[in-house]
Amino acid sequence: MNRPRFRWHILVFLAPAVLVYTAVMIFPLFNTLRLALYTEIDQSRVFVGLQNFQTLFFDPIWSEQFWNALGNNFWFFLIHMLVQNPIGIALAALLSHPRLRFAALYRSAIFIPTILSFVIVGFAWKLILSPIWGIAPSMLDAVGLKSLFAPWLGKEEYALTTLALVSVWQFVGIPMMLIYAALLTIPEEILEAGEIDGITGTAAFWKIKLPLILPSIGIISILTFVGNFNAFDLIYASQGALAGPDFSTDILGTFMYRTFFGFQLQLGDPHMGSAIAGAMFAIILVGVCIYLFGIQTRMRRYQL
Amino acid sequence: MKRNSLKLALLGTTLMASSAYAEDVTLIIESWRNDDLTLWQEQIIPAFEAKHPGIKLQFTPSAPAEYNAVLNSKLDAGSAGDLITCRPFDASLALFEAGHLSDLSSVEAMSNFSDVAKSAWQTDDGSASFCVPMASVIHGFIYNKDAFAELGIEVPTTEEEFFAALDKIKEDGTYIPMAMGTNDQWEAATMGYNNIGPNYWKGEEGRQALIAGEQKLTDEAWTAPYATLARWGQYLGDGYEAQTYPDSQNIFTLGRAAIYPAGSWEIAGFNTQADFEMGAFKPPVQNAGDTCYISDHTDIGIGMNAASEHPEAAETFLAWVASPEFAEIFGNAVPGFFPLSNTPVELADPLAKEFVGWRDECESTIRSTYQILSRGTPNLENETWGASVAAIKGANSPEELGADLQKGLSTWYAPHQ
Repeated sequence: MNRPRFRWHILVFLAPAVLVYTAVMIFPLFNTLRLALYTEIDQSRVFVGLQNFQTLFFDPIWSEQFWNALGNNFWFFLIHMLVQNPIGIALAALLSHPRLRFAALYRSAIFIPTILSFVIVGFAWKLILSPIWGIAPSMLDAVGLKSLFAPWLGKEEYALTTLALVSVWQFVGIPMMLIYAALLTIPEEILEAGEIDGITGTAAFWKIKLPLILPSIGIISILTFVGNFNAFDLIYASQGALAGPDFSTDILGTFMYRTFFGFQLQLGDPHMGSAIAGAMFAIILVGVCIYLFGIQTRMRRYQL
Repeated sequence: MKRNSLKLALLGTTLMASSAYAEDVTLIIESWRNDDLTLWQEQIIPAFEAKHPGIKLQFTPSAPAEYNAVLNSKLDAGSAGDLITCRPFDASLALFEAGHLSDLSSVEAMSNFSDVAKSAWQTDDGSASFCVPMASVIHGFIYNKDAFAELGIEVPTTEEEFFAALDKIKEDGTYIPMAMGTNDQWEAATMGYNNIGPNYWKGEEGRQALIAGEQKLTDEAWTAPYATLARWGQYLGDGYEAQTYPDSQNIFTLGRAAIYPAGSWEIAGFNTQADFEMGAFKPPVQNAGDTCYISDHTDIGIGMNAASEHPEAAETFLAWVASPEFAEIFGNAVPGFFPLSNTPVELADPLAKEFVGWRDECESTIRSTYQILSRGTPNLENETWGASVAAIKGANSPEELGADLQKGLSTWYAPHQ
């Protein structure tokens, strides 16, 4: 009996990544979750178990804000799913058309906003949409549609949708690139075989290409989900920590920031802030698990 | 040989330079007044350094809206500066209670300030003071004198005259009657509600009664300002819902609006930007002859980081801040921030003079939500922002807003339960 030798090199090669990841990701994550179980009474930290979560979900003052932020977050996500991803897929389909000219130019132009900072995007769009200096009202005026203009970012009913669309504008390049890459991997033979059977043009897209890129669409959806539920920057850059008007653009990220660090006369409460961060983590974890175990395992894959 | 001696000489000069450097203590000042950066660098710091060789100052402001959060994180991490510019009331009180600010009660120069001036930076029982009061800001309205002359409008003193003037400006159409937006929310509360409000709740009388629980936010005195704010909506510019604070400042200084609901801190900026003559009027009273009340809000103090490595140098600086010399420089360098020290200071700026002159005619008070009432959750100040915006937009009636705020306050504040 020759026992297999312990393979030390596996440990050695894993160590750097595991150590770094533990120090900068796993430790802070669990420490935040731990922080959520405490509260501060008279300058000292006291263990209170799940009381912070109870306050967050059942105290009307906190729960109203929490559900509002969560609802807004779902709306933010929904807009991305309904607008960003279909547009991304459509753009990728157009770009992969062999006879499209200047494809590289379009591809770069659409992708560039993705690499811009949130602060620049937030500020630029705030200026574009400004009722005072913005070009949006004068452009609408030029085509005689001035009456359609409204101070979108300042109205409770439009502000969140407007910001979601700004975010879509910024990130539409990501699904486009991923789908584009997936479309390029589809072998010509399959399409040609379809052509012989009389499937061409749009029919080829719906019947051949789309089923083949479904796994990529799944990945994009989950990336969008995680990105949206962690979102904070754009709202903070354009509407501030109070996520106005009247909390209509408040999402979990801004709610957490405001609670954790405080705002104006409101003092920061790291423990409640951590509880919100914990809730965000749980929501994202559940969402990702549903996808991984409920959807991805059942998705049909085709051998190309 | 020659090269070696050159090396030695160089070494010698470096050593000398570094030993001279070591004697200097550099104090870092945390502040949210990034607008004042040049004033500190060009006037205040040189004046102090000339008198106190060996102490260098570095003014490192951060954005106003982020200051509290940034400062708290820095203090917790031990990376904050030696001198901390103090927000009034609870934000600083919390820092003191957490041991981040030193007790300054024993500093002799503190006797240069009245109890009211010190009240914003004391423990509730007044036993310890932890920041040197630097300045207060006064609320009112700044107007475009040229526009008023052009339209033949007299400076309004009563509310009736105020709205008549707004009507006239609106009718004429050359100017936007009033430059204010609701996008950033705080202007509506600070330059709206707390600007005109003291005339309704009779300044300190109402404010103290509210803290004591004798008056409620549902009382007429506290809801009536919302009713007045509701009338403002029609005089604000197109799309005011998305108009930000800098937008409003620019609209006014570009001469496109006639009236700007203001805090005196605007004076310095407006003086450099506007090329027309400006005047100021105090919040109009309801009936001619009524006692007027102004919001003369203790706004800035400065304290010492308890973890500072140079407590003596920091104390020297604070004693200088408490001196009349600093008051004179500061009051004139930053017109619109009025020194709180007992020695009266002669101000040169005409607009600032106008504001500070109201102290003699009217009763002074501070913003209603700042002392004690914004300690709990929900935070009354933040709620007041939302309520003032809702009032201007006409989204809720004044009575609903008052009831909402009262409900929030009574969930945690014992005198209102």
